[in-house]
Amino acid sequence: MSHVTSHKFLRHDFPIFNRRINGHPLTYLDSASTSQKPKSVIDAIVNFYEHTNANIHRGIYPLSQEATQQYEETREAVRKFINARSTEEIIFTKNTSEGINLIAYTWGQKNIKKGDIVLVSALEHHSNLVPWQMLCKKTGAELQVIPLNDDFGLDLDAAEKLLTEKVKLLAITHASNITGAITSIEKLTKKAREVGAKILLDGAQSAPHMKIDVQKFDCDFFAFSSHKMLGPTGVGVLYGKKELLESMPPFLFGGDMIKEVHQYEASWNDLPWKFEAGTPNIADVIVFKKALEYLENIGMEKVLEHDQMLLAYAKQKLAELPEIETYSPKNPKECTGVLSFNVKGIHPHDTADIVSQEGVCMRSGHHCCEPLMKTLNLDATARMSFYVYNDKPDIDRAVEALKKVKKVFI
Amino acid sequence: MSHVPTDYTENILDHNQHPRNWGTLTNPTIATEENNPLCGDKIHYDLKFKGEKLVEIGFSGKGCAISKGAGSILSEWAVGKTKKELEKLDTKDIYEMIGIELSPARAKCGMLGFAVLKKALTLIKIEKSTS
Repeated sequence: MSHVTSHKFLRHDFPIFNRRINGHPLTYLDSASTSQKPKSVIDAIVNFYEHTNANIHRGIYPLSQEATQQYEETREAVRKFINARSTEEIIFTKNTSEGINLIAYTWGQKNIKKGDIVLVSALEHHSNLVPWQMLCKKTGAELQVIPLNDDFGLDLDAAEKLLTEKVKLLAITHASNITGAITSIEKLTKKAREVGAKILLDGAQSAPHMKIDVQKFDCDFFAFSSHKMLGPTGVGVLYGKKELLESMPPFLFGGDMIKEVHQYEASWNDLPWKFEAGTPNIADVIVFKKALEYLENIGMEKVLEHDQMLLAYAKQKLAELPEIETYSPKNPKECTGVLSFNVKGIHPHDTADIVSQEGVCMRSGHHCCEPLMKTLNLDATARMSFYVYNDKPDIDRAVEALKKVKKVFI
Repeated sequence: MSHVPTDYTENILDHNQHPRNWGTLTNPTIATEENNPLCGDKIHYDLKFKGEKLVEIGFSGKGCAISKGAGSILSEWAVGKTKKELEKLDTKDIYEMIGIELSPARAKCGMLGFAVLKKALTLIKIEKSTS
């Protein structure tokens, strides 16, 4: 059961850990990329297709009504999970990138003009950078970047100075997928409000690990993905403040997003369906509720505590290996469970390949953050990331495997 | 079954540590590069032809042991070959040259140098047909 906090038991909820890789236990340290799924989520997918499958918002018959009800129940579960005021503010997308693109194409194209500034940070994932590059090119607005401080987080003093009245949008990562740094948003949002900028938080790396409260954060938009938080792939969430969503034109046009269609014109459906054109990913949205329930049973405070405990442990173990260099803020309490590093003189691709032979799954590359890599003067890094099903023996196995990397190259 | 990664043969490691033809050429016939967007690897070849024959290569860039090692092995093989011989190369030949089978995830690394060479040969053809 998921409320059991002992991780030895919790791990049993995830069938994939029955797998062995080259005879080794599966050491999965790539949850920042995508998380594993508990049995409750996996079973719910089968259950839906075996018992409830029908299209939503269309059928009069009971099956369709049940599917519709379950789909909308997930919306309510998401609302509660991020403490939004209303389910009208919860839009289902296919992932974080789509949510951010939705804002760029609708709110952005309507509101960003020549001479305006869109402010992002040096920590951005490509998905919260490239849409703004495109918008600025199209509108003649200027893209500005909050620099890093010397501890792999953001320079908040510089950020405050950059937040001038020309800034119409502050679009920043809530937690970095490379350094793990959680953005202290309080000061930033306060200053952004003073200058009249809207605030978008990229929550892809924060929503899986910490308590999200969009009202407390006072953000205008918040985007995240189901698959990084125990749920299925193909489901994302975009939160937007109701009055903003109402003022925005639709993103995609077609079925379900309309109120009335005449031969030559149409009017738009109410929120949130105005932004959900076509048959959505019904089964996976419904199942996402099981993932949220699983996390809530543990408690998001405990999830963060657990990830930070593993991060601290991993840093301590890696510090014992002189050949390893880490790129992580000093205080693990300011991070999610992400640790980027390199074995000095060895390309991280080789590092990840060699440890993978021992069943250790970690990511290597630029992690969709090429500008950040350049800022840090790196070509690429290896990265281990932790989640609820990980425990200290995972890190021990990873460290043992890492010791072999150097041996291959000597 | 536990095993040592087969990708890392002595040959690949040797070429990675001591890449052949390392450096750039001052007057290459053609200079091309390709990158692997997944890992940020980049291989650059400067090629100098005398008539139909490739007489010199400058190999530079950055990357993992597989892309660098395979890039070096290919550069060593290619010098002295004619354009026709180079054009005939296919992925099977590259695998033979480097002497290992690569996992699908690493195949892109191993083939990066080959991609650069192919690009260079295509560019030479285009230049010829438009000049």
